[in-house]
Amino acid sequence: MKHRSLLLALTTLLLVGLLVSACGSAATKAPAATEAPAATEAPATEAPAATEAPATACEGDYVLVPKNLGNPYFDTANNGAQEAAKELGITVLYQGSATADATEQITLLNSLIAQQPCGLAISANDADALVPTGQAAMDANIPVVTWDSAIAPDGRTIHINQAILHDIGAIQIQMASELAGPDGGQIAILSATSTAPNQNAWIEVMKEELEKPEYANLELVEVVYGDDDDTKSYNEAQALFTKYPDLKVIIAPTTVGIAASARAVTDAELIGKVFVTGLGTPNQMREYVKNGAAPQFALWNPSDLGYLAVYAMHALANGEITAEAGQTFEAGKLGEYTIEDDPDLGLNVLLGLPFVYNAENIDDFNW
Amino acid sequence: MTAQNPPALGTSPATRRNLLWTLVRFREAGISVFILILVVAITLRSPSFLTVDNFEDILLNISILTIVALAQAMVIITRGIDLSVSSMIGLVAMMVAFVVKEHPEMPVLFAVPLGMALGAVLGTFNGLIITFGKVPPIIATLGTLSIYRGLVFFYSQGTWINSFELPRSFKLLSKGTPLGLPNMVIIAIVVAVVVYYFLNYTRTGRDIFAVGSNPDAAQFAGIRKQRITFLVYLISGLLTGLAAVLWASRFESAQTNTGLGFELQTVAAAVIGGVSTSGGAGTVPGVLLGALLLGIIQNALPLVHISPFWQLAIQGVLILVAVVTDNLIVRRAQRTRK
Amino acid sequence: MTQTPETQSASLIKEFAPRRSFLADFQRWEWLLVLLIVVVIVANTRLSPHFLDARNISRTSSDFMELGLMMLPMAFIIITTASVDLSVASNLGMCASFMGWLFMHGVNIWVAALAALALGTLAGFLNGNLVARLKLSPLVVTLGTYAFYRGVAYVLLGDQAARGYPKAFTYIGQGRIPGTLIPFSVALFVVLAIIFGLILHRTIFGRYTFSIGNNENATLYSGVPVARVKIILFTVSGFMAALAGLVLAARFGSTRPDIGTGLELAVITAAVLGGVDINGGRGTIVGTVLSLLLIGLMRFGMGLLNIQGQVQGIVIGLLLILSILLPNIAQQISSARGVRINWRSALISLGILAVFVLFFLFFFWSRAPVIAGG
Repeated sequence: MKHRSLLLALTTLLLVGLLVSACGSAATKAPAATEAPAATEAPATEAPAATEAPATACEGDYVLVPKNLGNPYFDTANNGAQEAAKELGITVLYQGSATADATEQITLLNSLIAQQPCGLAISANDADALVPTGQAAMDANIPVVTWDSAIAPDGRTIHINQAILHDIGAIQIQMASELAGPDGGQIAILSATSTAPNQNAWIEVMKEELEKPEYANLELVEVVYGDDDDTKSYNEAQALFTKYPDLKVIIAPTTVGIAASARAVTDAELIGKVFVTGLGTPNQMREYVKNGAAPQFALWNPSDLGYLAVYAMHALANGEITAEAGQTFEAGKLGEYTIEDDPDLGLNVLLGLPFVYNAENIDDFNW
Repeated sequence: MTAQNPPALGTSPATRRNLLWTLVRFREAGISVFILILVVAITLRSPSFLTVDNFEDILLNISILTIVALAQAMVIITRGIDLSVSSMIGLVAMMVAFVVKEHPEMPVLFAVPLGMALGAVLGTFNGLIITFGKVPPIIATLGTLSIYRGLVFFYSQGTWINSFELPRSFKLLSKGTPLGLPNMVIIAIVVAVVVYYFLNYTRTGRDIFAVGSNPDAAQFAGIRKQRITFLVYLISGLLTGLAAVLWASRFESAQTNTGLGFELQTVAAAVIGGVSTSGGAGTVPGVLLGALLLGIIQNALPLVHISPFWQLAIQGVLILVAVVTDNLIVRRAQRTRK
Repeated sequence: MTQTPETQSASLIKEFAPRRSFLADFQRWEWLLVLLIVVVIVANTRLSPHFLDARNISRTSSDFMELGLMMLPMAFIIITTASVDLSVASNLGMCASFMGWLFMHGVNIWVAALAALALGTLAGFLNGNLVARLKLSPLVVTLGTYAFYRGVAYVLLGDQAARGYPKAFTYIGQGRIPGTLIPFSVALFVVLAIIFGLILHRTIFGRYTFSIGNNENATLYSGVPVARVKIILFTVSGFMAALAGLVLAARFGSTRPDIGTGLELAVITAAVLGGVDINGGRGTIVGTVLSLLLIGLMRFGMGLLNIQGQVQGIVIGLLLILSILLPNIAQQISSARGVRINWRSALISLGILAVFVLFFLFFFWSRAPVIAGG
C-alpha cells in the first residue's frame, strides 16, 4: 500500500514536471516576432488605470489575430504588421487559434482581453458569433479593428477592407471574360465554405456583374463549395469538368480553391480549354500562371493589409482617431486613409484596388 | 482491451464466427447491388457519370482512402480503432515534402520507404501506448491525433509546401501512368492484394482475427495478443505513411491541415464495408466496396445537382443503414439456426 | 421484461457495485486532480498578473460550459457502455440550427428553443434505441449520427446564419446572475452537475449504471432493465447536447450550421481525464468537474502566456494519454518487482528507444532549413 502511494506521488511529480516544462519551453518559442513576453510587459496596476485617458500613448502590446495559425496568407499579413510595428516602435503579437473555428477563436480572444492589450486586430471566423466578444473587448477599453473578414459593426470599431466587395467581384468577372475570349461561354464558381461571409458577398456581386450587357455571353452554370479544403476543392473542380464539358472558366475566390482547381485542370490535361482565375497567392500560383492553367488572378497584398491594420489600431489606441466617419490617419508608406461609413459594412477603411498578377509580374513577388 | 459486448448467449465463439462470415459474404453482395442501383440511378440523371474518365477520377480519389481504410479495418478487427491516421498523414506528408523539397537530388522513389518508415515510427508509438501502457485504443489515438497534429505545426512553423517547390518527378509518383493506370491506383491494388493474402493465408493474419473475435481464447490458444495488437498499429502507421507520400504527391502540397478529418472517412469505409466493430470480422473486398461507395457518393452528388449540404447527412444515413442491416441479418441468422 | 423484486436485484447489484462512501470514492484520482489544479493556479499566478482577476475568470469560464454540460451525461455513458457518444457536438449543431431555422421563420424564440430541446432529446432517444434495442456498438451508431445530425444542420441553414436573437434569450449564454460576476451558464452547469452527481452516486439508477458497466450480463439477470437504462442515458445525453446548443447559440448571439464542430473530442477528453474509466464501471462526477476546471484553467493560463493553439493541443493530448499511461506503468513496475531482467526484452526496449531517437534526430535535422529560412 505504501509503495502504491509513493508511486502515485512520483507519477504526479512526473506529470507536473512535464506540464511545467512543456509550458515553459512552449512559452519561450511562442511569440515568434517579439522579444518581450507579454505577461511581464504590462504591470498589474495598469489594467484599471488604462481605462481613461485615451490621449496618452498606450504602453502595452498590440495583437494581430488571424483566422487560424499555419496559413501563409495570414503569415504574410503578419510580415506587414511587424514592419509597421517596427516603424511605430510598438510590439505586435501574432496570436491565432489552431483551427479556423469561432468557438476556439472566442476562447483565444478572452485570454487576450484578459491581458489588456492596447489593441486587437481580428480576422473573424464568424461575423455574428464574435460580436459579444468584440463588445466585451471594447467594454474593457480595448480598441477592436477587424481585417480580412469583418465582425458585424456592433462588435468592432472599424474594419480594414482589403478591397470593396464590388471591385473584387467585378475584377474576377472581368478576368474571366478576358480568359473566355470574345465568344464567352460557361463559367463556374468554386468557393470556400458556404458560411464564409466574404465569399458569399463576392459571389453576390459577381452574379450582379454578370447581368451587364458586356458579359451577356458568359453563363454561370453553378456555384460549388470546396470548404477551403484542398482535397474537396480538387474533387469539386473535377466534378465541374465532368458535368460541363464546355466549361471555359472556373472562378475560385479562395486561395485554396484556386490552386486546387488549377492543379485539377493541369492533371486533366485541359490547359487551354478550361482556365482558372480568382483570388490566389503568387507562390501558390506561380507554376499555373506559367503553364497556362491560370494565366491571371487577382488579390490585394495581404502584407499591406496587416500593415494598415496595425496603423489603424495604433491610431485608435492613441486617440488620433475615435472611429468616426470622415476622420483621417497616416499609415506610413501607404499614405493617408479616410474612415468611411457604409450601410452594410459600417465604418471601414479601404486598402485600395485589387492587384492582378500575371506571367509578366509574378516573379516580382515572393510570398 | 475494452470490455465489449460478450458474444450473444447460446452461441459459441465458433458458430458466431461462421454467422459473421455468412453475414460478411452477404454484405459484399448487398453492397454491390446497392452500388449498381446507385450507378444506374445516377447515370439516368447525369449521363456524364458513366464514362471511363469519370471512373478513373473516382478510382484516383479513393486510392488513398482504400489504403488507409484497409489498415483501419485491421485495427478494428482487433476491436481497436486508430483515430490518429489523419494527423499521421499530415505529419508524414509534411516531413516527406520538406525532405523532397530540400534535397531534390535524392531519388524520388526514396520518398516512399521514407514515408513508410516515418509512419511506422508513429504507429509504433501508438502501439506501445496501447499494448504496454494499456491505454484503451480510442483514448490513445485520440491523444496522438492532437499530438501529431501539433507536431505538424511545430515542424513547419506554419509554412506550407506548395506545388512549385516540389519536383515534377515527385508529383508523377502518384499520377504517372507508365502502366496504363495511374500509379496510385496500382499501388492501392497491390496493397489490397497483399493485405488480402496476409489476412487470409498467413498465420499472423489469422491470428488478427482470432484476437479480435475472442481475445481470451486467443491467449489460451497461445497467440501473443499483445504482439498482434502492437503489430496492427505498426501496420496502420506503415500504410498511413505510404498514403501520406501519395497524398503529398497527388495534391502537390503539404499544409498544416492536410488530412484533417480523414479518420472518420476511413472508419466509415471500413464499417460500411462490413468490418465489425465488435471485432473478428471483416474482409478486404468489403472494405474496397465500402470505399468505392463513399467515392461514388462524393463524386455523384454534385453531378446530380444535389446540394452539397446534403452530402454529410447522406453519408451518415448510409453508415446507419449499413450497421442496422448487418445487425438484423445476424439476428435473423441466429434465430434460424436455433 | 419481467420485474424481479427490487430487494433481490439490489442485493445482487451490491456484489458488482459495492456502495462506497463519498469520501472513499473521492480517492486517488480526484486528489491528483486537485493537486494539479493547485499547481496550475500557482504557476499561472506567478507567470501572469492577469490570471487571478475575477472578471477575466468570469469571462473565460463561460467558454467551457457547453463542454461541461455535455460531459455530465458522457460520464454516465462511458461508465455504463464502456463506449462514447460521438454525436453530441453534431446534435448540438443540429438543435441550435433547428432553433435558428424556426426563429428565422418567425417562430417565437422560446417556442423554438423548446422545439430544439425536443429534437435533441429525440435524437438521443434514437441513438439509445439503436444501441440498446439493436445491440449495436455505441461508437458505430454515434459515428453514423455524428455525420447525420451535422448534415441536418447544414441542410437546415445551408450558408445562412440565424441571428437577431432577443436579449432575454442571449442572457442564457452571455448574462450574469444579477449582482454577481457568475455567468448564468456557469450557475446552470453547477446546478446540473449537482443533480447528475446525486443521481450517479446516491440513487439506485446510479448504481445500475455502475453495475451494467462492471458486468452487464449479471446485471441483466438480476432484473435490471439494462436496455431501458441505456436508452435513458442516451436520451439524456441528447437533451443535454440540445441544452448546450442553446447556451452556445445564446453566447454567440447567432447560429451557423458549423456551430460547435469538433467539441465531442474535448468532451471525451474532459470525462476521461476526470477519471471516468473508458473500460466502464468506474468514475465520479466530482472527478469530471475537477477535470473540466483543470482543462479550463490550463487553457486560460496557456492563452495568457500566448502559447499557440497547436501547442496547447499537444499538451492536452499528452495529458490525456499520460493520465492513463502513468498509473498503468506505475502499477506494472510495482507488480514486477523482483522479476529478473530479461535480456531479450531489454534489447527490444533499447531497439525501440533507438528508433524514437532516430525519428527525432531526423525530425530536427530535416526541419533545420525551416528555422533557418523563417
